[in-house]
Amino acid sequence: MAGGTSSLMDTLFQRTLDDVIKGFRLQLVGESAFISKALDEIRRELKSTDPHTKSTALHKLSYLSSLHHHDMSWAAFHVVEVMSSSRFAHKRIGYNAASLSFHDATPVLLLITNQLRKDLTSTNEFEVSLALECLSRIATADLARDLTPEIFTLLSSSKVFVRKKAIGVVLRVFAKYPDAARVCFKRLVENLDSSDPQILSAVVGVFCELASKDPGSYLPLAPEFYRILVDSKNNWVLIKVLKIFAKLVPLEPRLAKRVVEPICEHMRRTGAKSLMFECIRTIVSSLSEYESAVRLAVAKIQELLVDDDPNLKYLGLQALSIVAPKHYWAVLENKEVVIKALSDADPNIKLESLRLVMAMVAESNVMEISRVLVNYSLKSDPDFCNEILGSILSTCSRNVYEMIIDFDWYVSLLGEMSRIPHCQNGDEIENQLIDIGIRVKDVRPELVRVARGLLIDPALLGNPFLHRILSATAWVSGEYVEFSRNPFELMEALLQPRTSLLPPSIRAVYIHSAFKVLIFCLHSYLLQRESITSSCPDNLALGVSELVLKREMLEGSDLATCEGPTAHGEQDEGFNPRVSNQSFEDLSVENGGERIISHGQTSTPDSLENGFTYESIVNLLNLIELALGPLIGSHDVEILERARNLLCFIELIKGKLPECLVKKEENLGSEEMKASKIIELMCDAFSEELCPVSVSAQERVPIPEGLVLKENLDDLETICGDIQLPTSISFSLGSPHYEEGVSASLSDLQSKEESEPSNESTSLLREHRKRHGLYYLPSEKGEIVATDYPPANDPKLQDYLNKDTDDLVKLTEESLVAKKKANHAKPRPIVVKLDEGEVVSISAKRPEPKDDLLSGAVREVLLGSDNRTTSSRSNPSDKSSSKRKGKEKLNIGPSELKDNLGDAEKHEHENPSSRRSRHRTHGKERIHKSPGKISEETEENGQKGKQKSSHHHAKHKARRRTDMPLDVVSQAPVIPDFLL
Amino acid sequence: MIRSVMVMNTQGKPRLAKFYDFQPVEKQQELIRSVFGVLCSRAENVSNFLEADSIFGPDSRLVYKHYATLYFVLVFDSSENELAMLDLIQVFVETLDKCFKNVCELDLVFNYCKMHTIIDEIIFGGQVLETSSTEVMKAIEEISKLETASNSISLVPKSVSGWRTR
Repeated sequence: MAGGTSSLMDTLFQRTLDDVIKGFRLQLVGESAFISKALDEIRRELKSTDPHTKSTALHKLSYLSSLHHHDMSWAAFHVVEVMSSSRFAHKRIGYNAASLSFHDATPVLLLITNQLRKDLTSTNEFEVSLALECLSRIATADLARDLTPEIFTLLSSSKVFVRKKAIGVVLRVFAKYPDAARVCFKRLVENLDSSDPQILSAVVGVFCELASKDPGSYLPLAPEFYRILVDSKNNWVLIKVLKIFAKLVPLEPRLAKRVVEPICEHMRRTGAKSLMFECIRTIVSSLSEYESAVRLAVAKIQELLVDDDPNLKYLGLQALSIVAPKHYWAVLENKEVVIKALSDADPNIKLESLRLVMAMVAESNVMEISRVLVNYSLKSDPDFCNEILGSILSTCSRNVYEMIIDFDWYVSLLGEMSRIPHCQNGDEIENQLIDIGIRVKDVRPELVRVARGLLIDPALLGNPFLHRILSATAWVSGEYVEFSRNPFELMEALLQPRTSLLPPSIRAVYIHSAFKVLIFCLHSYLLQRESITSSCPDNLALGVSELVLKREMLEGSDLATCEGPTAHGEQDEGFNPRVSNQSFEDLSVENGGERIISHGQTSTPDSLENGFTYESIVNLLNLIELALGPLIGSHDVEILERARNLLCFIELIKGKLPECLVKKEENLGSEEMKASKIIELMCDAFSEELCPVSVSAQERVPIPEGLVLKENLDDLETICGDIQLPTSISFSLGSPHYEEGVSASLSDLQSKEESEPSNESTSLLREHRKRHGLYYLPSEKGEIVATDYPPANDPKLQDYLNKDTDDLVKLTEESLVAKKKANHAKPRPIVVKLDEGEVVSISAKRPEPKDDLLSGAVREVLLGSDNRTTSSRSNPSDKSSSKRKGKEKLNIGPSELKDNLGDAEKHEHENPSSRRSRHRTHGKERIHKSPGKISEETEENGQKGKQKSSHHHAKHKARRRTDMPLDVVSQAPVIPDFLL
Repeated sequence: MIRSVMVMNTQGKPRLAKFYDFQPVEKQQELIRSVFGVLCSRAENVSNFLEADSIFGPDSRLVYKHYATLYFVLVFDSSENELAMLDLIQVFVETLDKCFKNVCELDLVFNYCKMHTIIDEIIFGGQVLETSSTEVMKAIEEISKLETASNSISLVPKSVSGWRTR
């Protein structure tokens, strides 16, 4: 028996699977050592010529692979050997190993076709069953094609044990080789009439799977399913039939009328919860327009909800959330149970009820519900707390905050949420704070107030989850500083010592915001002073006119801002001081550009007027120098840069400010004038408003010539990889021609650093540098004063854009934004929206060729071939498979008719006209979507029986038709009018 | 369709793992591990469902039952009924019980092969084919009869191994 001595030894002393398992449990030598030893043995034993030794080895290997996750693909050939053993025990091991380890790409699959065929035709039903089982797991297109005839035979086997498995395997065979449906489908349908419950359960199961992928094709079988629905007493079968009807009903309204009563009947009668739940689900998901049925279903849901079994409660909630969109009352009726479920012990139930609560949210109650939930989140465990906060955030922000009317409230809610101790939704809150700030002008004062509240609280700085939020608040305070009641306080908050706890990227945002605040303070101070010393209009006008000159390069809307001071200066000439006060007010309003809106106006100027004295400004400057001085040595480049920028700026202007104040009534010296000019310029730089940008904006930008989009930017990644951009909100800087895509707070600075200062400021700087050379680095890093445009084709900037086009967007759509603004209704503040929907809709679903092939085959069998062309049309590209199909037909060839058909199809596919095929796809979709039309067709085309009898005939007709352009509608699938 | 059947003990050691769409072994290990990670964090007396989308991808549900030291887990998609799947676990465990008389974890450890046979009779290629444990038992007995018959033909190795294990 055994070949050589060694293999005899193997046979005699081989360890069986049991021995291996026992060895495992003894654990004498650690697990991995034991396994590798066992694997060594197996490798050797598999090479044995003795089938027993070999199969035992394979058995052990399958065990190790299945439970200890060791790859066994290397043994594929041995698997084939063992499969072909004549002994059942060995064969079984082989087949199990094959279903465990084979997959579509396993090369030896080609070798097993004949073995499978032999076993499928075996007289031993268990051998057949082994082969079927294996096939159900590993069948490939080739295997399915080659074995279709055998499966066809088995589908009508007299042995139930075999037939049910043959039915089961059909699913995999159809999936891999749709044309098998032409052969097997009829037999499969015949099994629906079987009286054997096992067969029925199997075949209904298969149809349930098939119908879930392509329900339309199985509509003609509705009468059979209906019969089962009414007659069957088997819950398993009923559940599956219900699932089928849930798919079919939406396609055929008349079917709904017919099945709704039997389903309700089952629901009333059955004692099995599973069946009852399936009835409920079918009604609420597919038959929701039948009021009485829904009432009954909701009553049953109520039963589930009050049940002690958490499973039923969970499913009840799930069913309720399916009803919710269409039958809101159902949720309201069960409101209490739902709210109570929020505090259930089971996390699933809690989540489900949270979803339901969120489904109840509408414009009218969003405030109440959010209030309740936020309070509730304070009491719940951290995970669920975050779940709650997350769902509030996503619900409220849905569709550009369409639900929010009172943004002041929402912004303060965001602030409140940030303070909840477990809150880990910092990213989302951060995004929304910035997003709202950009989109909703009217809310900015409140936003700044909320931001201040968070910023000045030193305790918050210690919580790392809040850092992202703080980053947003810092940005908001800097960007919209003109709404702040007390910029000095803000500055202190931004520079408080505990900011050292922040990560560098966020600290950089803080410093940059401090910069903006400082500019604002200085500028307000200067304006205040100018308005007092308005007796020297010439100088002012001179300074301003230079400004204007520069500004003309900016886009038009800004001009108004610049011309403001000029106009006032001239007007004020010779006027008495009484006017000056008022003019200051105007100026400060103008100064904010269009940003200051009516209700910020009253409060802002007052506080400003009081605030800006010479002492306070000097204190401010000292404070900054004190706080940022140590950061000059920071190791983080972002912090270093920004701190330098700020300190150097202070250095630049500090020396000149005192003179301004002393010589109140005198002509300005050139020095002060320069200082004020610098401040003016800086202020302009910051006053540019950031706007949201349409998601599709990038696509509208023509690609500049010579721009290499595909260039590998991996090198850049290594340099910038650790920089976390503080926000992903897209915005634009308002120049229509120059694109700038940078994330919020980084932006200004970045663009500045990347661009060249204009000539004038360069000369200013050069002068300054000469005098204060001490404070300059040898390099030009400190230069920040500029009215800068990024050069249009700055390569760096372009690279940056290319790198992450989604986040860092560009291109102003000023006109678009303006248009949109005008469209909004009055009571709700304007929320800037951009038409973003258009992009998404393009990616419509593509029909999967395989499924279509299958549905084509199925329809052909069911309806005769009238719709044959419809289905083959809808897979425009599957050329190769259709070619193969034509060829394969010859191999199987149970009927010669099919060969012809294959050829017809091939012909069709080889003249693809893209326009035609697109047209056809549309046609097909239309058929799917409009059951009404189909039913009309049905009536026209008459009954199923007739169709079937003219089967042969119709096929020929269809073939002829493929060659001519067709009227698509006439190809609609025919549904037997069983309802008549 | 049922995607996967798993039996694992309360330490996370798999006792049975079947995936009805092919998964490479590394992936299997990862799936089992993540399922266990969620299971072991769940209290007693809570519902038997898990949201499995994060582990098995969209449209997947998971039910489990906890018996003594074992978790029985079924993963399936929307064409199965959740409560029916719970019943199916019940059927499986009943059958095991009939087969081994008061089944315990050790039975499953040492009868890996038989457990496979049982589950293969109940679930076929991801579909439920048999829900009656008596029918399953019938088939199992037939199969083991056939196996011993085919094995007894090979006299030499059989007698030797029989002698050795005695």
